[in-house]
Amino acid sequence: MGMALQLLFTGLGLGSIYALVALGFVLIYRATNVVNFAQGDFAMLGAFSMVVLCVDLELPYWLGILITLAAMLVFGALFNSAVYYPLRNRGFQPVIISTIGASILLENGVLAAYGPRPQTLPGFFSFPGFNVGPIFFDSQYLLILGVTVVMVTLQYFFFERTLLGKKMQATSQDKEMASLLGIPVALMIMLTFMYSSALGALAGILVAPILFVSVGMGSSIALKAFAASIIGGFGDVTGAIVGGLALGVVETFGAAYISVPYKDAFAFIVLVLFLLFRPQGLFGEKVAEKA
Amino acid sequence: MSGVVSSEAHKPATERRTNHGRGFLIVLIAAITVVVPLLLPLTAYDLNLSMQAATYAVAVVGLTIVLGYTGQINLAQAAFFGLGAYSVALGTVSFGLPFWLALFAGIAIASIAGVVLGLTSLRLGGHYLAMVTISFQQILTLVLTNWILLTRGPDGIWGIARPIVFGFSFADGGTYLALCVGALWMVGFCVERLKHSKLGRAMQAVRDNELAAGVVGVDTYRTKVIAFTLCALLGGLGGGLFAGGFTYISPDQFSFAESVVFLTMALLGGVRSPFGTTLGAALLILLPEWLRFLKTTYLAVYGGAVILLMVFMPEGIWGLLETLRKQVWPPAVLPVGRVAPLPLITWVGRETDSAILEINHLSKHFGGLKAVDEVELSVRRNTVHALVGPNGSGKTTLLNVLSGIYKPAKGRLLFDGQDVTGLLPHERAKRGIGRTFQTVRLFTSMSVLENIIVGAERPGNEVAAGSTGVEQHALAALDFVRLTELREQTVQSLSYGHQRLAEIARALAGNPKLLLLDEPGAGLNTVEKGELVQLLKRLKVHGLTVLVIDHDMNLVEQVADRITVLNFGRRIADGPPAEVLRNPEVMAAYLGNVKTHGAP
Repeated sequence: MGMALQLLFTGLGLGSIYALVALGFVLIYRATNVVNFAQGDFAMLGAFSMVVLCVDLELPYWLGILITLAAMLVFGALFNSAVYYPLRNRGFQPVIISTIGASILLENGVLAAYGPRPQTLPGFFSFPGFNVGPIFFDSQYLLILGVTVVMVTLQYFFFERTLLGKKMQATSQDKEMASLLGIPVALMIMLTFMYSSALGALAGILVAPILFVSVGMGSSIALKAFAASIIGGFGDVTGAIVGGLALGVVETFGAAYISVPYKDAFAFIVLVLFLLFRPQGLFGEKVAEKA
Repeated sequence: MSGVVSSEAHKPATERRTNHGRGFLIVLIAAITVVVPLLLPLTAYDLNLSMQAATYAVAVVGLTIVLGYTGQINLAQAAFFGLGAYSVALGTVSFGLPFWLALFAGIAIASIAGVVLGLTSLRLGGHYLAMVTISFQQILTLVLTNWILLTRGPDGIWGIARPIVFGFSFADGGTYLALCVGALWMVGFCVERLKHSKLGRAMQAVRDNELAAGVVGVDTYRTKVIAFTLCALLGGLGGGLFAGGFTYISPDQFSFAESVVFLTMALLGGVRSPFGTTLGAALLILLPEWLRFLKTTYLAVYGGAVILLMVFMPEGIWGLLETLRKQVWPPAVLPVGRVAPLPLITWVGRETDSAILEINHLSKHFGGLKAVDEVELSVRRNTVHALVGPNGSGKTTLLNVLSGIYKPAKGRLLFDGQDVTGLLPHERAKRGIGRTFQTVRLFTSMSVLENIIVGAERPGNEVAAGSTGVEQHALAALDFVRLTELREQTVQSLSYGHQRLAEIARALAGNPKLLLLDEPGAGLNTVEKGELVQLLKRLKVHGLTVLVIDHDMNLVEQVADRITVLNFGRRIADGPPAEVLRNPEVMAAYLGNVKTHGAP
């Protein structure tokens, strides 16, 4: 029982990371109808940026985080202009391929600059955590859970209660109509990329102390986040969060009770099961293309 | 059909001769490239490079089918390649199978993996396949590295033997290379032929406009699964030949990075032609040898190249060469000769009075919005039936439910006496429902004639049997809308009015029992609208059953035998034009409430 609860706690922490990256997927998907295959690499860039700033340059964490997030906002704008914008009128396939190209470029660019050796980032707190009964509450995992809750709440208020958020929602629902109403669609999409980029980086910053910071960490997280968003119902914000948390738990339990080397395969198996029996996911509706 | 004449008889002799001449030239080049490695004293290094290029190319040509023709993204081609390679390696080394048997096993295993992955992920949009293939790729790498008892783990497998057939040994490098090049030519030839076959056209239709493909009768899901399976099969074949060529293989040769390399090869060379993908494979095998300074960063460069290619050269090198060739030697548009008239299904003289389509209590809701609400409609054979109503009255939604794009919330559809409520678009097309779209949906990268041929190839179209019949039939449909002269053009170069006509011709070529026209007059100028009315009148004279949606009352009045009026998803009137147009409720819906009482 104690072990199960401990695993649940760990799984939820890991799942929060998938949920944050999945949120980025969903936001960009809703704005552009395209899956951004470089979403996980935003997390990888965030983690590497922290290693450079706080380990190599020995800046304090708060400053490192601020610089990283600001840089990733700019990066999101650049990504939009180079990878999405030139192809925006050419259907979804060229854009997907272009984001795949970007993912390869980013991973191997960092590899060329930093080498293949995984880096480590020390935890954010000097105190490791505390016990409640048989469960150990690790401080970094608590932080991850806390930040995820805060981000999800903020995002909810942003999209439902602010004019800018509503404009971005309008853009994601019907670009043509939004543009007729005077909403600058291209700008809204750029803002979406900027926000998703920073959100991905935040996930990378949070997860860096509990994983090795490696070039491949991005695509590994992205695959699970994508599986999470399908499990939740593709394109659905709540679905992405629930799917992410669920997947984190499944993976943690699977690794503990079934097999460690095949840990990364569980997400895939759950994904295939969902594709077979409930392709619309937990919360999704089947969407038909407009005729 | 007595009207259908073999197209061979119509083809001018010159065309046949040039086709033969080109075929001969290609066979000659193929023979030379196969014989060269047998005669030239190649160094071991050159042999290895050529062998790698040839076997990779076989796998990359698979991407022509799935990505180039069908528009689906496969990021696991190295995994299928690996399945083929490991089958040959383990089959010959661990299980002592003969090479050929192991190779066939490899092809079979790769194909089965392809079918299973395709069946699970291709019912949904393109990004699902891309992600599922990445996952599959990573799982295969995990298995190859960790299942040491079977795969021997990260150390790989040594001592893979080359085949001996009927006492003839392929052990010599040159002989084996000749075998690989021969296989590549065979594969390339078949894949090029595929492009101009019924299946190949269906694939391209799916790529260009999946929704329209379904409506003209292409089973889009099945087509995508077949394309993906063929791609996996070629991956397995390439991998099997690769293992035979290199006596040693290990898991890292079949990693995600290699799938990326395959993708880059395909995009660089030109993914829509097997010659393009082969060119890309050859270039990227040879280039790293010339660009040794890139050794550590080559994948980053490939990634950047992929973005640049998508932005500036989406057709790849081969695509550029093709465009150039068309500019230097524009293909001559040959006269088609006399085209037999288009046979249309009509019920003149039999069952004229029965309904072909009956709609009972049909509803379709979007959330709380009742787009179509309890609609009743009956379309009689051999009539032109118009469905009118103000914007947002549910006309197009109703049409989408009729052609199977939307599932109704409630109600029943009877077509030709059978319940079709639960059928998919292509199944309804098979029963004989054809349609056009409000915003033209043609297969944009195919020629006008090819578009119409896809329409003529509708399953259940008994008029157009055999490929020559299909082409003649398509020409007849083009002739009917007077677009024969433009048949070799790409549809993108057509004017908007001509695109509309081409879409109608595509539906007519399928010989529909019922033709649904969704605002055929939208966006046309007065002259074009006049031509459209003439076309509709001719269809009417032929006795084709048509259900047409339009705003333009003038157009509707000229062609319709019967009118149904929808408003806010409900039927408010139904009857002959004169009667319906005088109905006060209809006038109110169109002109606003005409007040009969004074204000209180």
